[in-house]
Amino acid sequence: MEKGRAKVSKRKATYSAKLKRATHLLFFKRHAKPGVKGWELRKALGSDYPKVLKIMDDYLKALDLEVKTIFEEGKQIEKPSSEQLDKARFYVALRGDLVPKEAKMVGWRIDDFAGLAVAIAYIVSKKGRAPRDGVEELLREKLPGWKVGLNVDKYIRYGYLTEDESGQLYLDWRTRAEVDQKGLIDLLLTFETKS
Amino acid sequence: MSRKTYEKLGREKLQRIIDTCRSVEDRSLDPFLIDVNSEIGTIKEYFGEWKIPEDLCLDAETLHHIASVVKLQSEWVKHRSTSLYTDPFLLEDKLRRMDKSEIARTFLKAWHPLIEWEQLSRQSLTEAMRYWKTLIPLEERWKETPPLEVAAESATREELVRQKILRDIAFSEELEKFWKELKTSVEERGKEGRLKYWDFIGADSYDETVDRAFMTSFLVTYGYATLEIYPLEEETFLVPFEKPIVRSGKTQLISVPISVSFADWEKWRRGELK
Repeated sequence: MEKGRAKVSKRKATYSAKLKRATHLLFFKRHAKPGVKGWELRKALGSDYPKVLKIMDDYLKALDLEVKTIFEEGKQIEKPSSEQLDKARFYVALRGDLVPKEAKMVGWRIDDFAGLAVAIAYIVSKKGRAPRDGVEELLREKLPGWKVGLNVDKYIRYGYLTEDESGQLYLDWRTRAEVDQKGLIDLLLTFETKS
Repeated sequence: MSRKTYEKLGREKLQRIIDTCRSVEDRSLDPFLIDVNSEIGTIKEYFGEWKIPEDLCLDAETLHHIASVVKLQSEWVKHRSTSLYTDPFLLEDKLRRMDKSEIARTFLKAWHPLIEWEQLSRQSLTEAMRYWKTLIPLEERWKETPPLEVAAESATREELVRQKILRDIAFSEELEKFWKELKTSVEERGKEGRLKYWDFIGADSYDETVDRAFMTSFLVTYGYATLEIYPLEEETFLVPFEKPIVRSGKTQLISVPISVSFADWEKWRRGELK
């Protein structure tokens, strides 16, 4: 009986230590991009790192945060293999959503959010690729002309969009990690505009 | 319609197909705007007319672009069948009718920003300290290493030949010898006064093969021999001339790139190369 109890408390201590290590790895930015790759977590926490992340996710629920897994090329995978998990990137993200007042704390103006939403929605509707001219033309309807180019550059700098040499815009890693693309499109399409 | 006019018209049609395909590829237009069957018909119609490599290349390029459009059509169908498909016009219209704050508020419902802290942790400080301790001072790292002193002395002809700076015999002599070898090989192993390119340049080692390909290129350039190329059959023949031909300045020469890769050499050794 004593032996069994000692075994359980030893396992608890191990997971508690792993949980702390996972928190450090996921919260503190260590590379140019936030988040940690699966293989890095496996190296630091051991092969049972998905279990550690599950415990961490349960803890974070109360704080309205979550551990997010983004697989390669932004695919959604129901039952990922260990190889797919190793190649995936793990982040801590907000579980719920921000109200406009809170969003201002991020340091972005309402214009910037609206512009980003328009750019993302437009690119999604064009199968994930759209000419920069087309995006800028649409943004010019809502934003002052001088601001449009600057805003697109800002979205690229932050990793929401990326541009190739022929001036085509694509969605980048941050959009895949932060934006529920399908949710956004559905919300926009079902929005009742005041006539 | 004369044959020349017909060929010119064909070239223009192929170029037009390429341009249309390019605009679909670059501007994300609906790939179904292109009638693939009709374009393939045009390619087929003129295919028999093409004789020179430039025209065959144009034909291949057109086919390549058509293939890209077919790929885009397949992706288009796949995308339409996914839940992410949205009619771009409907969405654009909606975005135009919504005001900025409505769009921003809607976006916030679908946005879950990442949490990232950039503060120092105890661990990163410890790592930094460890790194600092082992870091060699700049003075030592940037110390210049004195250049090695090398005594200058004259090289012998044999040494230069060994280093392949000089050739053992004069180049023109070597070329003549090589030309004679080609003529003999054609007589012994060739058919209709010609020999397959690889059957002449191919040797026991890859190095020697490259060397022979290099010399053969001079045989052709200096008018000792010519190449007969059959692009569709992917066959190349060497035809030696009885006497070297002096080309007039007016004749336009063309370069023919021939790959002599290690893989090709191995294939030739196994008898798999044409």
